[in-house]
Amino acid sequence: MSVASVIAFLSFLGGFSYNTTVVVLGTALLGATAGLVGSFLLLRKQSLLGDALSHATLPGIAIAFAVMSALGFSGRSLPGLLIGASVTGLMGVLLVIAIRRTTRLKDDAAMGIVLSVFFGLGIALLRMAQEIPGVSAAGLSSFIYGKPASMILSDLILISGTLVVTIIVCLLILKELTLLCFDDAFASAQGWPTTLIDILLMGLVTAVTVVGLQSVGLILIIAFLITPPTAARFWTNKLKVMLWLSSVIGAISGCFGAWLSSLYPDLPAGAIIVVAAGFIFLISMIFGPTRGVLPRYLRQRQLKRKVGRQHLLRSVFEIMEVGQKKHPLRNLPISLDRLREHRAWSKGELPRLIRQARREDHLERQPSGELRLSESGFGEASRTTRNHRLWELYLITHADIAPSHVDRDADMVEHILGAEMVHQLEAELDLQDHTLESPHSLES
Amino acid sequence: MTWTENDTGIMLVGILCAMACALPGCFLLLRRMSMMGDAISHAVLPGLAIAFLISHSRASWAMFVGAAIAGILTALFTQWITKFGKVDRGAAMGIVFTTLFAIGLILIKQTADHVDLDASCVLYGAIEHTPLDSVTLWENATSVLRVPRAALVVGGALLFNALIIGLFYKEFTLASFDPALARTQGFHPMLMHYLLMMMVAITTVAAFEAVGSIIVIAMLIVPPATAFLLTRNLPLLIGLSLGLAALGAILGHLSSQLIPTLTGLPETTSSGMMATLSGFLFLLVWIFGPQGLLRRSSIELEEPPEL
Repeated sequence: MSVASVIAFLSFLGGFSYNTTVVVLGTALLGATAGLVGSFLLLRKQSLLGDALSHATLPGIAIAFAVMSALGFSGRSLPGLLIGASVTGLMGVLLVIAIRRTTRLKDDAAMGIVLSVFFGLGIALLRMAQEIPGVSAAGLSSFIYGKPASMILSDLILISGTLVVTIIVCLLILKELTLLCFDDAFASAQGWPTTLIDILLMGLVTAVTVVGLQSVGLILIIAFLITPPTAARFWTNKLKVMLWLSSVIGAISGCFGAWLSSLYPDLPAGAIIVVAAGFIFLISMIFGPTRGVLPRYLRQRQLKRKVGRQHLLRSVFEIMEVGQKKHPLRNLPISLDRLREHRAWSKGELPRLIRQARREDHLERQPSGELRLSESGFGEASRTTRNHRLWELYLITHADIAPSHVDRDADMVEHILGAEMVHQLEAELDLQDHTLESPHSLES
Repeated sequence: MTWTENDTGIMLVGILCAMACALPGCFLLLRRMSMMGDAISHAVLPGLAIAFLISHSRASWAMFVGAAIAGILTALFTQWITKFGKVDRGAAMGIVFTTLFAIGLILIKQTADHVDLDASCVLYGAIEHTPLDSVTLWENATSVLRVPRAALVVGGALLFNALIIGLFYKEFTLASFDPALARTQGFHPMLMHYLLMMMVAITTVAAFEAVGSIIVIAMLIVPPATAFLLTRNLPLLIGLSLGLAALGAILGHLSSQLIPTLTGLPETTSSGMMATLSGFLFLLVWIFGPQGLLRRSSIELEEPPEL
């Protein structure tokens, strides 16, 4: 079964024309690979280096075109142009590294210099190439903005070949790349050739960039390298999941952009791909469960409510303890004023917490206006107070913190104590008793 | 090669444009935000397109307002994504400017029927065409003084930048070197930050017609970076940047005319060569400058070996 017949079958399945299928497949593959390689670039905090690299490919394209034309070949042969692009692209990256290492200039300036000067040189050379008599340089400028529709089957095969090799290399050195991204100092201390791995990574980025020039263009290819991994990062903390997600996001935006631009040939395809990826990024940034803005906000709010509830219940419990002076406690109502004095509440905090506690059925208001714990509220309050004291005792016996200072320290951590931790503390302190007295005075 | 009035015009536009860019460029460099110049110069595109759609004219204040808003939005979005999304600043910047640039491209293509904003001019401008649209400054019986309209625009940007930096010199300096101290002194470093971003956006738009959105990055970054290798003194840094900017523009245009004549190669663009030549000046300073590669290796050789 040949590649062509597979594509013919796929185009039949999707209801696309043969050409559209080639273009959509090629762009999706490109997106997936860019997502994979870009993930490492992002974790290495070198995202913008891809931008310098992609701009630096332009002079290479112009030179390759001129040389091939001068030698009598077709100046527009894709492999030749891509080799030229890789050479100057890598040269640009090496220059960035050299400027960074040998001058007082920082990353940002080094990248800015390389990308703008190489691009200027490229524009000047391209203009010269276009003026060479007897040769048509039309189409060269499609490398700047990208034109997926110009992709033909042989291009697709070249692209997918390069991409498959890129993916294989990436997976082969996955462990080394991971180490480099998370702790490069440790990696070099362990004797790993970090510079070599870095150069390999740059080689991979170059391969993706150069292959993507034709369809996305050198201005926007950087978005393919940055946006999918950054979007994926919001959904997970696991590297492997992130790599998969990033590839999928890249593939989806590539697919979508190429498909839409085949429907509306007037729209710039590279731009649509980038906007699609940008949209996925926006959704991920807001809703991504691990690091998304909304879930993080909700988690923080939940924790704040929990802390507030525990503060209120413990205060009520302590007031009853002070009033009754003996265990077991009887659940007697307490006055609002007493509660207000017991703790330094921030403005408006106490009424809000009381409303919340009444909604959660922990607290009841007596006809007299006094507050009384409900059945479940009493249990929760005694458990919360006990956890607080467990932790205080632990800090006093094992961390040598003075009893008069321990209240605040315990307050910092007690709210996230799990049941398992409580058992451990009990075992550690050798306690089975269910009532625990406060290690410090409760009256202020 | 023959020197014409057009060459004078192109060179004048180039020099003024490079100098206008070098001023905010110095402070971008000091704040280690050079790539913000890259981001803003791309991101003003949708601002321009929308301003055009609203005002239906090309050389108008609407464009500058649109660009200034787009520039500030770029800085804001980058900041938000960095802060709320906990994303690396480089990546945040990359996402913001590519997305905005893409939106701008789509808008321009959509309005292409009645806009003479050309997508390739967006990147490297059309400095060769600027002398075609000229304004008579002064005229009497014997002589006429005509300058390209673009020269007035970039000259205006240069004056504007010089004025802002002159007025807030102390604040900019402090905010660049010690934002924390600036805050305690009541100088609002964030305000200075956004003022700088606005300056970059306005300069980018002024330079847009002549050199486009990528060559302008070379003008923003390369002369200050070159000057940075020559001096540690801020007033001197600014002065040297201005000089190097003008020199790069002059040499750039000269070489775009001379190289084809001397070598028989086809003609080329001035704006591309201006970027190339200022890059070449940087290369010279990097290698031969006071702390250059050559000097450095000889210094290292002279040092006694450590035990």
